[in-house]
Amino acid sequence: MSPFSTYIIHLADNALILGHRNSEWTGHGPILEQDIALSNIALDLIGQSRNLYQLAAERLNSLSPERKSITEDDLAYLRDSTEYKNFVLLEQDNGDWAKTILREFYFSHFQLLQYHGLLNRKDPGLAAISEKSIKEIRYHVKWSSEWVCRLGDGTLESHARMLNALDALNPWIPELFIAADYEKEAAESGLALDPSALYEDWLSMVNTVLANATLPLYPPEKKDAFSLSGKNGFHSEHLGYILAEMQFLQRAYPGCSW
Amino acid sequence: MKKENIISVLEGVTDPEIPVLSIADLGILRDVEISGNEIIVTITPTYSGCPAMDAIQQDIRKALSINGYEKVKINQVLSPPWTSDWLSAAGKEKLEAFGIAAPSTSHSCAAGGTGSDSPDHCPHCHSKNIEMISRFGSTSCKALYRCLECREPFDYFKCH
Repeated sequence: MSPFSTYIIHLADNALILGHRNSEWTGHGPILEQDIALSNIALDLIGQSRNLYQLAAERLNSLSPERKSITEDDLAYLRDSTEYKNFVLLEQDNGDWAKTILREFYFSHFQLLQYHGLLNRKDPGLAAISEKSIKEIRYHVKWSSEWVCRLGDGTLESHARMLNALDALNPWIPELFIAADYEKEAAESGLALDPSALYEDWLSMVNTVLANATLPLYPPEKKDAFSLSGKNGFHSEHLGYILAEMQFLQRAYPGCSW
Repeated sequence: MKKENIISVLEGVTDPEIPVLSIADLGILRDVEISGNEIIVTITPTYSGCPAMDAIQQDIRKALSINGYEKVKINQVLSPPWTSDWLSAAGKEKLEAFGIAAPSTSHSCAAGGTGSDSPDHCPHCHSKNIEMISRFGSTSCKALYRCLECREPFDYFKCH
């Protein structure tokens, strides 16, 4: 698979896995309005992943016309966990509301910067998806930032839960900014974006909000200590469970469609 | 086959979630082309994950088929991205009459626009004394507000 095709799948997997995690709150949110809010965010993310998988499928089909053509469904439902390229951050269990909010907060800021950077790269298909997605992600950023402030600067209990969430999620952040080989190659050919260039902006955006929320800032020194690299296919135990649930129908009834 | 006739058929296709608006009012319908004996309809989604898009495609085929147009191709495009600026003036009036606040007409909501992202007034009593309940409503394109005068909650079609 070409570096750029792998990169598109990496972007799609990020959106799909977080969309799936967020959708687990549907029917379980703390109050109806927030249940609906997170379900809407999940829907946006799953919609974005569909657009990206379609783009990847088109590319893969045009690069290997002799092979049986594949669809977005093949990419979402028929790959195993080592073929998935999402961040380990996004497959972590939802935990409580604070942990879910903090993850959405961290990732939506990252995604906003990433898609902005992709607007002027060479692939018009990816630029179109980025331009469309940015409008949705701006809402995710606003919504999750408001919640980070509400919880961090809220009660003793909500503050304590945010501290737990920071402890649980901060170790998974460095992966976001360490480029995978396919990412570097695709970035060098002008198609993708090297994520290490996004770090300073991301740090200043999230720390502005964390400061307002009276929470400890994300420590600026980048930690390159050993950690799993989901974007290279090395995942935590959680991804297998997500895929087992998500792919069950397609595995049990191959080829079924709506 | 005349393009005007086809467009007037498509103007009868409504959004399944907001049945007072046609796909033309919403700006979802981007283009109609006739190529030989085939009709090519181009549509764009409001939001990436809008689940109404599949239903809308089916409704387009059905409406055209009932009117004798069988050979139909539907293209979905993402660029330029849909913006609530494309809601027609008639569409905004229909929304208000239906009880959904429309995005402000005085600003642009498209990228770089200065559109303020809140409704001008309550669609029921027209009071400006309103507050947001949630940035997200019953569908991707709406947010939830409350009127502090008449106390009614209402949907707001987001500036997007």
